[in-house]
Amino acid sequence: MDLFTEGDPIADTRAPDGPIETRWERRRFEAKLVNPANRRKMTVIVVGTGLAGGSAAATLAEQGYRVKSYCYQDSPRRAHSIAAQGGINAAKNYRNDGDSVHRLFYDTVKGGDFRSRESNVHRLAEVSVNIIDQCVAQGVPFAREYGGLLDTRSFGGAQVQRTFYARGQTGQQLLLGAYQALERQIGLGNVEMYARHEMLELIVVDGKARGIVVRDMVTGEITTEFADAVVLASGGYGNVFYLSTNAKGCNVTATWRAHRKGAYFANPCYTQIHPTCIPVSGDHQSKLTLMSESLRNDGRVWVPKAKGDDRDPRDIPEDERDYYLERIYPSFGNLVPRDIASRAAKNVCDEGRGVGPTKLGVYLDFADAIDRLGRKAIEAKYGNLFEMYERITGEDPYEVPMRIYPAVHYTMGGLWVDYDLQSTIPGLFVIGEANFSDHGANRLGASALMQGLADGYFVLPNTVANYLAAGPFEKVDATHPAAVAARRDVEDRIQRLLAIDGDRTVDSFHRELGQIMWEHCGMERSEAGLRKAIDEIRALRDEFWQRVRVPGNGEGLNQSLEKAGRVADFFELAELMCIDALHREESCGGHFRAEHQTPEGEAQRDDERFAYVAAWEFTATGEPSVLHKEDLNFEYVHPTQRSYK
Amino acid sequence: MNLTLRIWRQSGPQDKGRMVTYQVDDVSPDMSFLEMLDVLNERLILAGDEPIAFDHDCREGICGMCGLMINGDAHGPQRGTTACQLHMRQFKDGDTIDIEPWRARAFPVIKDLVVNRNAFDKIIAAGGYVTAPTGSAPEAHSVPVAKADADAAFESAACIGCGACVAACPNGSGMLFTAAKVTQLSLLPQGQPERFTRVIGMVDAHDEAGFGGCTNAGECTVVCPKGIPLTTIGRLNRDYLAATTRHADTPGT
Repeated sequence: MDLFTEGDPIADTRAPDGPIETRWERRRFEAKLVNPANRRKMTVIVVGTGLAGGSAAATLAEQGYRVKSYCYQDSPRRAHSIAAQGGINAAKNYRNDGDSVHRLFYDTVKGGDFRSRESNVHRLAEVSVNIIDQCVAQGVPFAREYGGLLDTRSFGGAQVQRTFYARGQTGQQLLLGAYQALERQIGLGNVEMYARHEMLELIVVDGKARGIVVRDMVTGEITTEFADAVVLASGGYGNVFYLSTNAKGCNVTATWRAHRKGAYFANPCYTQIHPTCIPVSGDHQSKLTLMSESLRNDGRVWVPKAKGDDRDPRDIPEDERDYYLERIYPSFGNLVPRDIASRAAKNVCDEGRGVGPTKLGVYLDFADAIDRLGRKAIEAKYGNLFEMYERITGEDPYEVPMRIYPAVHYTMGGLWVDYDLQSTIPGLFVIGEANFSDHGANRLGASALMQGLADGYFVLPNTVANYLAAGPFEKVDATHPAAVAARRDVEDRIQRLLAIDGDRTVDSFHRELGQIMWEHCGMERSEAGLRKAIDEIRALRDEFWQRVRVPGNGEGLNQSLEKAGRVADFFELAELMCIDALHREESCGGHFRAEHQTPEGEAQRDDERFAYVAAWEFTATGEPSVLHKEDLNFEYVHPTQRSYK
Repeated sequence: MNLTLRIWRQSGPQDKGRMVTYQVDDVSPDMSFLEMLDVLNERLILAGDEPIAFDHDCREGICGMCGLMINGDAHGPQRGTTACQLHMRQFKDGDTIDIEPWRARAFPVIKDLVVNRNAFDKIIAAGGYVTAPTGSAPEAHSVPVAKADADAAFESAACIGCGACVAACPNGSGMLFTAAKVTQLSLLPQGQPERFTRVIGMVDAHDEAGFGGCTNAGECTVVCPKGIPLTTIGRLNRDYLAATTRHADTPGT
């Protein structure tokens, strides 16, 4: 059976043309508006309360719409954006070091290995400066210089210092800013907040997204909720790998359910493997912990020159160490983009030069920086990260070099959206990591926070009006056949999961799925490996539906049931990821195909054949998906082979 | 190592609840505390028992979702560490460990070790923000902030809202949580216009939610995984006093 079929090309019909600097302004001017009196008559559902969802819900409520906000955590403040450490990029050029909107745009398109849309990325760079203003006004305590002005630092893939930060907790501080704006709107009665509620289905009426089916995770009650537009801000799908830096609850269910209802899924194979995470310590491992990329500002990455060198790292003399990033990439050194740093770490470990008990690790060494700047300065910059490392590993990184290894961190793929961030289902908007739009095949560090807040504060609140201008739409309630059917599907699925009563736990399946994905759809992919993975995923999925044991019932808090539903969706996504990776016979960014590399082992793109977005249409369970191609055109940044040497 | 766990089991809000003893063997010192509970839960599921419900999400000490009383200490024996970041090397072979939920009037138990902390959100909604609607912000550099103030604001802003302070307090007070936000915003120029309405709104919401009063016992700051200092409560009290006396005739207070 063919793995997929090819359908008609798809185009971003909302994207304006003309000079790139004027496109966003023009789109805003051309878009229809909704007058304030009419906004009160319209409801928008926002799923997820991270940087994108929290900022969007707050902003839409400020504009006068009625907002219903949902999150699976016990409070909107806990969304996983909170764990972002390093910083947020903005083209402020406060350093006078040659930065500009155009340079941020250029760096992001190049960093994404020429697989993103120029128009989207330029808009992102433009609004980046407004984000910093907004967050400062909210009382976000960014790091400052002694003169009282904002401090910035460097991040991977850039030669300017444009990253604003709040110690190693930038995501936390930005999220709390958005959360507080959201709580203000909740207090004012403009937002109805539903914590511990999980979206399990999308309701589509007459071709438009009109609501969702949610499960109250405390009571088990399943309800249908309606609105004039639905916004998904439910994050990425890195947990398909089981082990990742995502929070345990992060899942693909909201976007996958929407995909099954008609929203195309774009570039699912683009996965970011972050180079600096704490290595796995054993089979009990439940998640991986990131060490911020900002550490690469001062830490030097190395392995022993000799294979199997088991000496204490402090006993290995300078000339027997290989600072391989500085050696291979002299101009960017330790600050090469993430995909490059990750693959380089894998390569030295594959050569047998890895360190630590599992030999899957490299050193990140601060000895030089401590000599140069003093321990105090390093403590001030990275103290909390060093403490976290010590808590987890029991080793003191001020004395012994850190051990790090790449781990799944972020997913560039997501639901396909047009320039207005609207999916292929009218009325369904997708923002933040949940969409595919801005990072191409590789995201630069400190750009996820930028994109989440750009979408939520500045882009969506402008573009959604163009859609809502045709509203309010005809009222829909729980008795509508589409709502009844969606609700019944959810109830049936829950009953089916509970009824299997097999002999394996949900986690055991999830862990096994993760191993398949890491092995064959991780840092390096090949045709043979991907074909094998697809067979294994299908077999494991069948086994899941026969052997999984979900204890308890659907009434009340049941964490096993929650996990089972999410893992069931991960199985379907995993297969599509492998098919996408298999069909893309080139290497680009985070997608590295063993068959397609330069003589020096770098990613080799094939712009002739693959300069497009792969947007996948769901047909039916077990049936091949349909591939729709959106051509990417580069008018401003000419695609070249990325060089960081 | 081999451990004996005594864990609070409560099937729902109406259930009385009880401690139940479990034996867990072959625990690796490199496991996190929650990974040790994962191992126990896997075993319970296969044995046909209900796994233990506990809250957790990021497992890197920042989301604030996890929270367990471990041998009577909020988040367990290691200072400055959330339960998810606590590792089993902090325990010895043969130890007996008591695991209970947060216990406070304002945090009712939902099931087993899971409690409802919605009261914290209500405190924030009552004033824990700067009113700055999207788009209205001035240029970020138009208002410099002294580095010392920015750093001190950050120290308070580091609160993760886990509720350990409440669980440790003999009065079940949420004053450290409230004071952390009041302090952050009252140290920054952006927080000044609403400084006094904020503190009154938040303290009122705190009291309405069923938290107890603060008697400076200081247990909160000892267990706080982010080290929020007790001096924040002093600052809250000063602002509260100013708001209710000196500024009593100021509109909006």
